[in-house]
Parts: sequence; C-alpha cells; structure tokens
Amino acid sequence: MKDSLVLLGRVPAHPDSRCWFLAWNPAGTLLASCGGDRRVRIWGTEGDSWICKSVLSEGHQRTVRKVAWSPCGNYLASASFDATTCIWKKNQDDFECVTTLEGHENEVKSVAWAPSGNLLATCSRDKSVWVWEVDEEDEYECVSVLNSHTQDVKHVVWHPSQELLASASYDDTVKLYREEEDDWVCYATLEGHESTVWSLAFDPSGQRLASCSDDRTVRIWRQYLPDNEQGVACSGSDPSWKCVCTLSGFHSRTIYDVAWCQLTGALATACGDDAIRVFEEDPSSDPQQPTFSLTAHLPQAHSQDVNCVAWNPKEQGLLASCSDDGEVAFWKYHRPEGI
Amino acid sequence: MERVSGLLSWTLSRVLWLSGLFERGAARQPRIMEEKALEVYDLIRTIRDPEKPNTLEELEVVTESSVEVQEINEEDYLVIIRFTPTVPHCSLATLIGLCLRVKLQRCLPFKHKLEIYISEGTHSTEEDINKQINDKERVAAAMENPNLREIVEQCVLEPD
Repeated sequence: MKDSLVLLGRVPAHPDSRCWFLAWNPAGTLLASCGGDRRVRIWGTEGDSWICKSVLSEGHQRTVRKVAWSPCGNYLASASFDATTCIWKKNQDDFECVTTLEGHENEVKSVAWAPSGNLLATCSRDKSVWVWEVDEEDEYECVSVLNSHTQDVKHVVWHPSQELLASASYDDTVKLYREEEDDWVCYATLEGHESTVWSLAFDPSGQRLASCSDDRTVRIWRQYLPDNEQGVACSGSDPSWKCVCTLSGFHSRTIYDVAWCQLTGALATACGDDAIRVFEEDPSSDPQQPTFSLTAHLPQAHSQDVNCVAWNPKEQGLLASCSDDGEVAFWKYHRPEGI
Repeated sequence: MERVSGLLSWTLSRVLWLSGLFERGAARQPRIMEEKALEVYDLIRTIRDPEKPNTLEELEVVTESSVEVQEINEEDYLVIIRFTPTVPHCSLATLIGLCLRVKLQRCLPFKHKLEIYISEGTHSTEEDINKQINDKERVAAAMENPNLREIVEQCVLEPD
C-alpha cells in the first residue's frame, strides 16, 4: 500500500507557516501554492527538482487560502482572508495583479474558474457565493450573489464541461447552481454529511461529484437527469443528485480535500491525520452503486495535517500535496496490480 | 490472493489498534498519558481569563481532569480538553477555546492533535461553539483579526 505512492521530492514552500492549497496550471508545467505567509508561489521543474519561479507577495494582507488558474493558463486568481480576490496576469515568469475583486464581507474561502473562462466564482464566511463575469477587456462584474447556504461556504468548484457550480459549506451541505433566465439559482441541496463539507471534486465525465467532510467520510453523488432509466425522481427540468457511495472508516480525522484525477479517475484525499489516500473504483461495480477500494495509504505523508492534494492534469500519476507544516510534496502514484 | 490477504491483515491490525485492543506496551501507557496530560495542564492553567484578572485554574475553567491524552501512535498524541466557561456567554467561551488552542500550538513540545470542547451541559449553544473552536480555518482567520489577536496574546502571555 505504501509502495503505490512514491515520494519524488519536497519543498519548504511556505516556511514558518502553513501551506493551504495547490493548483496545477492547465499545461501541467507549473504548480501554484499559497499559504499563511500571505504569499503565492509558483513552482516549476528544473531537471529533477522543483524550484520556485515566482513569488507573488504584494497582493494580500492576510492568509491566501486558495488559488485557481484560468482555463487558458494566463491568469491566476487568489482568494484571501483579507476578503478580496486578486487576479494575476502571467507574463513569462512575472505575475502582475491586474484586478482586485471586492465585495465579500469577510474571508474569501475559495475561487474557481469556469471551463469557458468567462466566469469566476468565489465564496466566503459571509455565507454567500458570488458569480463574476469577465469580458475581453479583463473587466470583472459580479452577476449574482447567492445566499443559499446558512453558514460559512468553504469551497466552490465548476462542472468540467457545463456551466454548473457546486459549493460546500460549514452548514454540512453541498449546493448546486445553474443559470436560469439571466440569473443564477440554487437548484439542488445535497444532504447527508454530518459535519462541515470541506471540498468537492467532479469526476472526468461530470456525472459524479465527490465531497469530503469533517465527519471523516467521502461521499460520491450521482446526477440523474429527468426521465432517467433508474426512475430517480426529478423536479421539473432540473437534474436530481443522489448519494451513491459513502467511503467511511478509512480516515481517522477531518478530510480537508478530495481530488479526482481527470486522466485516470483515481480519487485522492488529504486528511488531518497527516496521511494521503488514493481510492479507485472497482471496474465491475454497478454505476448506480459504485464501490471504491483503497489503493494507496501513506501515513505521515507530512508531519502535520494534509490540506490539499492535486493531480497533475497532463502527467498520469503525478500528485502534489501540501500541509500545515508549510511543505509541498510531489508523489508518483502507481496503481497496484490486480485491481 | 496474497495481496488481498495482506490487505486484510493490515486492515484488521489497524482496526484493532485504533480500537485500543491491540496490545502495544499497554501496561506502560497509562503512566505516560498521565505525564503528558500534566504537561498539557501545566501550560493551560496559567492562561488568563479574557474578562477577569484570574487564571483559568483559579476560576476552575480547567482542572487536571479537563485534560485527556491518548496515544495515536509512537510519538503522536491526541489531546482532548474539556473546559467549563464561567459565564454562558458565547463569545467568551469561543475566546477561551482560542486561547487554549494557541497556547498549546505554540508551547506543547510533543507532536499532537488537539480537540477542545465545552464540558457537556454547561452551555446552551455548546455544539455551535465546539464546532467553531475545532475548525482550524476559522481559528486561523480569527487570529488574523488584530483585535482578537491582541486579546488572545494578553491571555496566553507567560507570567513573569
């Protein structure tokens, strides 16, 4: 189990601080990290090692909680506890802050770019999710403020191919949003977790959503369209979501992040017990009741809580992780034989 | 088949170990846990109450029995603290929770995971408070608030 995840290297990305989040650029050549030292760092390879190519330091007054690359790879958004979201434009190895999005009442917890590149979503402890539109002149405009959650919103993620947004919250639910006649509406609430939902990840097809929680479980939700074969009830023309699998008993503390590899379908988790785990779907399992097996478990992957895991979008099996210990680690995942 | 049985025995031993049934120097454990618990208590008893000019020990917000230490594995411990706030005031209870967390994060020398709870039945919104003080993201953000940070720093300051 330990051999399935091999350490390639570690970097002290945010010394004397914690590293909160990582994001690979769409080309898979750069990794952005952000942390409690209020900085964003960009990492790239030089031979066999990972080196820091840029430091983005003048953007935020407080912790940078998440970063997200635009689909074209030319922009990076950073969400901060200072209640703002910075948009950085890449010019070779330099990054320039071109806009600062304001409006949230307190800490921004997450930012995500829609696959079209024209929309951005942010969420905050102020319980709201904001949808922003970007035009060709790099002008950002807030087009919707969604107040569906009753507590702190921890994470937002876009569907891989449709303009569908999902959010995870301290109120123990996951909500889904879509555009309806020029406005954004919440069309589904996924209940089941027994505590804060920390993160979300869509599978490569976008038909399933994985959520991870403080309740130490990962839940897999499946989308059912109206008039589906399985007879799952839908309200009007809205798809319905059902929990089709719960992974429990594997994690001994809060699960902070879940990442679904878009190349292989492998599911990685970042846990407060300092471990990284990988799950794979059993090939013979029923799509309506899938089963997942634990294929890698690395205890003490870091010396403290693991906050984020991120699969490289181009290189199969390449996984990055970061921790409260301030380090970023790179791993090679080998699917065990016989699975 | 070998790989499956290997996985099975690994899982089994892990489950047994986690449930405390796996024998690992069991006789030695209680004494070490008591020592560790005292180490923790020594650090938290001198924390000052945010409102009154007394320590948490003097006000009996924490006592020796407030601290429980469990071994997670070699050199890693789970520390559980249950405290009794003097006043049923939400923000003060949260503040005490924050002080406890900050003091131990900074001063406890051994590797640990920390859980802090209000003693059962001492507060009307204890579930809400417990959830907040155990959410590390909320704690981190609170500590970046200069006013809150100043109060916490005053409370955890080591006595001369």
